[in-house]
Order: sequence, then structure tokens, then C-alpha cells
Amino acid sequence: MKLIFAAGNQVCKTGNQVFYDSVAVKQVDVPSFSGSFGILPKHVPTLAVLKPGVVSVFENEGAVKKIFVSSGTVTINDDSSVQIIAEEAAAVDQLDSAAARDVLSKAQSELSSASTDQAKAEAAIAVEVGEALVKAVE
Amino acid sequence: MYNKTNSSEITQSMKMVSAAKYSRAERELKQARPVGVGAQQFYAKAEIQPPEDAPQKLIIAMTSDRGLCGAVHTSVVRQIRNELQKSAENTKVICVGDKSRAILQRLFGYEFSSGKIVYNRFKSVVSYSTQQMPVFSLNTIATAPKLSVYDSLDNDVIQSYLEFSLASLIFYALKEGACSEQSSRMTAMDNASKNAGEMIDKLTLTFNRTRQAVITRELIEIISGASAL
Repeated sequence: MKLIFAAGNQVCKTGNQVFYDSVAVKQVDVPSFSGSFGILPKHVPTLAVLKPGVVSVFENEGAVKKIFVSSGTVTINDDSSVQIIAEEAAAVDQLDSAAARDVLSKAQSELSSASTDQAKAEAAIAVEVGEALVKAVE
Repeated sequence: MYNKTNSSEITQSMKMVSAAKYSRAERELKQARPVGVGAQQFYAKAEIQPPEDAPQKLIIAMTSDRGLCGAVHTSVVRQIRNELQKSAENTKVICVGDKSRAILQRLFGYEFSSGKIVYNRFKSVVSYSTQQMPVFSLNTIATAPKLSVYDSLDNDVIQSYLEFSLASLIFYALKEGACSEQSSRMTAMDNASKNAGEMIDKLTLTFNRTRQAVITRELIEIISGASAL
């Protein structure tokens, strides 16, 4: 099962935007809006939209890599290739729990002070990401 | 002569600047490429074709605001112009960047069935090629014959999926374009410096010759004046 896993966020010193570039893996678990599901080779082709949460990649050598994603898409094709494109992504072990809580509390205060519908929706998304982020680092 | 030396200094330093910017653009492009490749996979694997009965097309021109970088922008615009000349009916163009907008017109609020992004794909420091990436509307995807092999899809999922995938494609095309632009500007400025150098040589030669001619003429006048006495 060939996996492409890339994100659009800026490259920082510790993190890399591209996690997998056509690498064969055993299994991938993704959180999607229609529910979390695991992808094994020969999964039925489908499209899904990623929900903020943790993607688990089970590599062929047995290692399990956990990567937090904010949003994005996952595509499973009929040749068993999987593409995950995330808006922002980072390995869970590189997340800082205090910073994650900061993000959540900042988003919550933005939500309570938001006046327009658009600002409210944006803040609600930020809260959702923040909650998932805090859950991921715990 | 002073002016020419000056402009070769300017082009020389512009080349240095774009060389630095280029290496950064290339580094970023390397990271962005899987995003674009991944986003394109679905369209290729699902064998989605533009519908024949709905000819509304959309072309997205990927250029930037800055010039002095060779034919990067013109080659994008030229490809679109050729296409418009073939059939301008049912086609709208969205321009990214001032350079293409100067030539093409920007339009909004248009129901398209299939479209494409025209961008410069970066190949190496000295070459890029103007290429096209397909984009499709929700309707086109929903009626694609091979979509039935994809499991549990509803319109909401496809809509969100398409929106994000279009954003990824544009992100990727911008990165490709930026990298091509910097590499092309580097070459263009290098050539400009070379041309300026050649010009300086030629002009210096003309200058020296003229000076010699003036001196010789004055000498002749003095000598012939003296011998006439």
C-alpha cells in the first residue's frame, strides 16, 4: 500500500512537511468527518475529509507513527494507493502540551467574543482543532 | 559609458538576489511537490474526463507581479491565448498575478464544468515547462462513470474534498511558479549582465578611437600650421 502524506504548513526546524512520499506501509488510521477508520491494503476506494485528530501510520517495519492533522483530505484509489493531504500536520511527539492548551483557551475566548457569523464559524473551527490538539498530547 | 557600467552592476546584483531567493524557492518546492502530486492522484485514478455536453471551461493563469524574468509569464499567457483563439466561447479565465491580468481579463461568478490551471513546472535551474493541471466541478465529478467504485460518498464530502484539493493544487502551482520565476530571472539577469559587458567593451573601443582621432587631428593642424610659416 503506497502512502503519500504531505501537509501545507511551513517547514520549521524540527518538523517536515512531507511525512511519506510514496512509501509502502501496513495500515493507516485516519479521523474523518464520517467517522474514524483504518485503511488496510485493498481497502475499497473512497474519498474522505479529515477531521482534526491523530493519524496513525503503521509502517512495514512495525513502527507506529502518530501525526496530528488539523484538516485535509484522504483519497484511497482502486490501486491501493492512499494520499493524505493535510492543511497542517505535526508529529504528536513534537507537540507541546502547554502550547496546545494555550491554543485552545485562546480559541475559546475568541469564540465568546466573536460578533459576526464568519468570525464565530472561524473561532468554532479553531476551538475544535484546539480540543483535538489537547486530546492528542495527553 | 558610466550608465552602462551602472546597469551591468544592477543586473549583476539582481542576479545575486534571485539566486538567493531561488535556492529558498527550490527548497520549499521540494516540500510542496507531494501535496500537488497527491492532490492530482484522484483525478488521474478516477479517470475523470471533461463532459462533452457541458463545454463551460475555466482557465486559471498562474503568474506573479514581477517582471524581468525572461519568458516565464509570457509563456503561460501565450498558451492561454492560443487556446482562446481556438475557441473563446464558454471559457473564462482567472488570473493570479498582475502580469497575466495585464493581458487577460478577470471574471467572477461563473458555473464551470471543467477547468485547468496553467502554470510553469520547474524542471531545473535552466529549464521549466508550461503545463496544465485539470480541475473539475462537483457536477462533473458526481457524474463521472468511474466514481461508483468509490465507496460511501455524499455530495458534502465531495464538495469539501474538492475545495481542499483545489486549494492544494493552487498552493502547489504557486510554488512551482515561484521557483521557475526565480531560476528564470537568474538566467535572464546573467544574460543581461553579459550583454551589458559586451556593450561596455564596444563602447570603450569607440570612445578610445574617437579620442585618438581628435588628438591626431589637432596634431595635424598644429604641424601643418607650423610648416606653413
